[in-house]
Amino acid sequence: MTTTQTPVSAPGARPDVTSLPRRIRSNRSVMHYVGSVLKALMCALMLAFFALPLLWLATAPFDSAPSLSLAWPEWTLKNFKVLIDNPYALRSLANSIILALGVTVIVLVFGSIASYALSRVRIPGRDTLLYALLLLSSIVTGTAAMVPTFQLMNQLGLIDSQLGVILVMAAGVMPTVIFILKDFMDSVPRSYEESARLAGAGPLRILIDVVVPIARPGLATIAVWAVVQVWGNFLIPYILLRSPDKQPAAVVMYTFYTEGGQPNLALISTFSLLFSVPVVAMYFFVNRKFGFRFHGGIKS
Amino acid sequence: MTTTHTLEHDVTQHRKSLFVGSLVALSLALTACGGTSGPEQTIDTTKNAEATKVTLSFTSNAILGGKNEAEAQWYQDYIIPEFTKQQKAKGIDVTLTFEPNGVDDEKYKTKLALDLQSKSGADVIGMDGIWVGEFAEAGYIKPLTDVAGADVDSWEGWDQMSEAVQQAAAFDGKRYGIPQGADGRVLYYNKTLFEKAGLPADWAPASWDDILAAARALKAAGVSVPIQLNAGTAMGEATTMQGLLPLLVGTGTKVWEDGKWMGNSQGLRDALTLYKTIYVDEGLGDPVLQQETAGRDKSFSEFASSDVGILIESDYLWRSVINPDSGTAPMPDRDSVVGYTKIPAQTPGSGVDGQDFVSMSGGAARVLNPNTEFPQQAWELLAFINSKEAFQNRVASSPIITPRADVNQIVLKDNPMLNFVATEVLPITAYRPGLAEYPEVSLALQEATAQVVAGTSVDDAAAAYQTAVEKIVGSENVASS
Amino acid sequence: MSQVADPLVATPGSRKGTGRRPVRHDDVAGLGKLRAGFFVAPALALVGLFLVFPAVWTAYLGMTNYKLTGLSAKAPDFVGLKNFTDTLTDPAFHESLKLTLVFVLFSGILGQSLLGFAAAWVLRTTNKVVKSLIEFLVLLAWIIPSSVVSFLWVALLDRGDGTLNAILGTQGTSWLTEYPMQSIILFNIWIGTAFSMLLFSSALASVPPSQMESARMVGANTWQVLRDIVLPHIRGHILTNTLLITLWTFNTFTPYLLTAGGPNHRSEILPVYIYKVAIAGGHLGVGAAISLIMLLINLVIAAVYLRVLRERK
Repeated sequence: MTTTQTPVSAPGARPDVTSLPRRIRSNRSVMHYVGSVLKALMCALMLAFFALPLLWLATAPFDSAPSLSLAWPEWTLKNFKVLIDNPYALRSLANSIILALGVTVIVLVFGSIASYALSRVRIPGRDTLLYALLLLSSIVTGTAAMVPTFQLMNQLGLIDSQLGVILVMAAGVMPTVIFILKDFMDSVPRSYEESARLAGAGPLRILIDVVVPIARPGLATIAVWAVVQVWGNFLIPYILLRSPDKQPAAVVMYTFYTEGGQPNLALISTFSLLFSVPVVAMYFFVNRKFGFRFHGGIKS
Repeated sequence: MTTTHTLEHDVTQHRKSLFVGSLVALSLALTACGGTSGPEQTIDTTKNAEATKVTLSFTSNAILGGKNEAEAQWYQDYIIPEFTKQQKAKGIDVTLTFEPNGVDDEKYKTKLALDLQSKSGADVIGMDGIWVGEFAEAGYIKPLTDVAGADVDSWEGWDQMSEAVQQAAAFDGKRYGIPQGADGRVLYYNKTLFEKAGLPADWAPASWDDILAAARALKAAGVSVPIQLNAGTAMGEATTMQGLLPLLVGTGTKVWEDGKWMGNSQGLRDALTLYKTIYVDEGLGDPVLQQETAGRDKSFSEFASSDVGILIESDYLWRSVINPDSGTAPMPDRDSVVGYTKIPAQTPGSGVDGQDFVSMSGGAARVLNPNTEFPQQAWELLAFINSKEAFQNRVASSPIITPRADVNQIVLKDNPMLNFVATEVLPITAYRPGLAEYPEVSLALQEATAQVVAGTSVDDAAAAYQTAVEKIVGSENVASS
Repeated sequence: MSQVADPLVATPGSRKGTGRRPVRHDDVAGLGKLRAGFFVAPALALVGLFLVFPAVWTAYLGMTNYKLTGLSAKAPDFVGLKNFTDTLTDPAFHESLKLTLVFVLFSGILGQSLLGFAAAWVLRTTNKVVKSLIEFLVLLAWIIPSSVVSFLWVALLDRGDGTLNAILGTQGTSWLTEYPMQSIILFNIWIGTAFSMLLFSSALASVPPSQMESARMVGANTWQVLRDIVLPHIRGHILTNTLLITLWTFNTFTPYLLTAGGPNHRSEILPVYIYKVAIAGGHLGVGAAISLIMLLINLVIAAVYLRVLRERK
């Protein structure tokens, strides 16, 4: 943002603004100064607030005897060695990636075509349907729907199947995905579609070749959101999967406790770090490649 | 042992009447709502008995590299190869798989319940003995003889297990599974701190007053936490099993007796008064610690760093927490610094059955899945897991108290602490009632201790417990005080 | 320039960039209702089978005394609305609902939205390095799995030598037991601010800079610019944000990992309450009923938001 002193002529100044009292204008430089100080203060506070809790994750994994307090570690990489030797740890990360990818692909494909159609065509009861699904998704992801979900998957023969887990989790996040993506589709300008249609493209082609490229930052953002939801989900994979070599990292995370329920902090902190790395890496990748926004830079 | 035996028999009788009553209520309910489940089918105990290709699975809350690792290791290194070999010698081709879990018990229990209610799940299932009753009531599991036939009763291992130990895997007077271990609660104390406070290294309290006297001496000597008596809901079942229940049996009170649940009893008020003395009136414990989510872990690490004088815990503390080799809060000088002694009753002779000393026990068990395709082979596997040879292999690396007397005789002679529990504590111990309402009643008990520690009067907390327990089980099922 | 004259603003997301096009002409790609139906069908089929069906079943369970184990697991009785009346008359439920509303208000609606907006507003004009760093940290808090986050916060707020006590020199202050609600509110703000920040920074990018410029030129202060120029422009975003944040905050279970609802139920928000009833207590029927009650409360809140925004138009 340029400073207020910039001598730019102001075309189309709005009348309600010009009628502001003079006094305010005279206080401007003071206000500007106070504003800068406030801004710096706010940045500092936000840095502190968001960085402080993360410190533990930076030290505990490298400590030979970590506790729940922040201390200068007795540096070691032993914990990583133990985890690499753990028969489930690394494979569980691969499983998490499979589940996350599966869910993301399903919700992106189904979600974008559905939200595009909902955005462009007024299907009767559209908004009611969207809100109803959004509300329903909040109870079904809770513990109460566990038994029905399990029984359903059992009837469908999808117990101990990663596909089953993917379908349930995809259905759980789908309403929110459509809700946000429809917002996004609404903001995609129609003019491109009109030209494409005049050039003879059908709706699906228009969606793939015209709308999706414009909507890419939004799709990327929603993909990251979906991955985050799947990545931390414990209950659904735990009750639906049986074989240990199919379990995702969120489930394996809970194994680092003793018979008496005490956490093994050395392994938990180290695994937490490994557990977070793929998601953070994905964020960097997506951010670099597609940008990371809710609504694209294109304005009609 | 005889007293325990008749006692258990007594409980069994009452359970039986409760069970019959429940059955009547159940059939009424079934007719009322049109019958949601079909008639009970009997299990074909000889199904696939002659099969030469057998697929079996078993599960437990144990996993390599995580929770209960030694158990999982034993399954992988001994049980699976040895059982497969043994069957191969008989010309049977067994594919045996272990389904590991590494979660907290509530979640494991949920998964088992979901499996069993949909008639699936592993053939042999490890579970906390306290769940046997509620799983049996739900029809999820069946008595061993119903699943695998009458020959089960002639298994050699039963002779090696006392009635009390077998009780941990039984319900309604029937065996539903085989116990896989036994434990008992004792008072641990720190001899270094005791010496500082002028207390004897061979401390043997005979009453609650003796415990309080020692705690006061520790406080006077500057010990920061003279005694840790678990309280509050944050510690969950650890508050009930290592806190209130050992105190209650010390007043001669049982939480479930004669078909009724304990209400606002004198025993409860006495036990809560002890909490009040320790945490509120005299500051002998750390009340804030009881509310912290990680409070139990902290109490262990404080005990390991010699900041806690006295602590009630099971042999788990000795084996897995302060174990100098593999504990979560290792104590290098454990053997010389940590003492242990039996938990005294409120006053000598005031415990259940007039005992001078008391304890509480739990323990895991393994049951057969009634939906198994191979009932005979599943039973063979269960029996094999509980054979003398298998247990000896199990305890070779990390000693536990096994349910088998013959194994304990060999293994525990080198381990004075576990031997102490096996020989001195198990004969006087008591068990929790294995009923579906128990977890909620237990929560109500934890709430009562939480309130007292937070400053509520003993009478109010006990009255609130009475209200809570009436709501859980119905006022007709609560003993009048 | 657009004055946001879209009659459909009450529907979140129907912000047309310009408003020069009537709604009828939206279907520029020539989808038609039938084909639109086919486009929506796969998503609806998935949601119908794996979401709506279990949800309806859950609603039915809410009218039984179903338990996970024990006698009522074998043959649950139909109890009609008993679970609902019992819950609605239970003081523990009232207390939990009150805590939940406080939690949603302070951590969601006020905390995450305001902090997210402030961050988006301030970071527009901040040095690029600082901006990237803050954005990264805020997003990190959002994408790190909650099971990990809970450990980070326990370490931060630990009574003995937690980071916060070390910094403030307040050793021995047990934040999680003395200030349980404040702790989980801050905790949830920490986790969730990223969403609002992202949403509002896109929203702010859609406000024509020339309008803000001109307002500045004639001497409007920041507050006036926000009120007169920015807020009218991003009303749709505010609705989307508030609605989603409210729903998510209402249903989040993560604070359980920090305080387990304690001490003495002082941070027992509804999802934790349901967990205790349904899993720890085994009363799945009652748990299902409470879930439905929560759904209805969410419905009411959503309706209020929509109405408020429509009226303010």
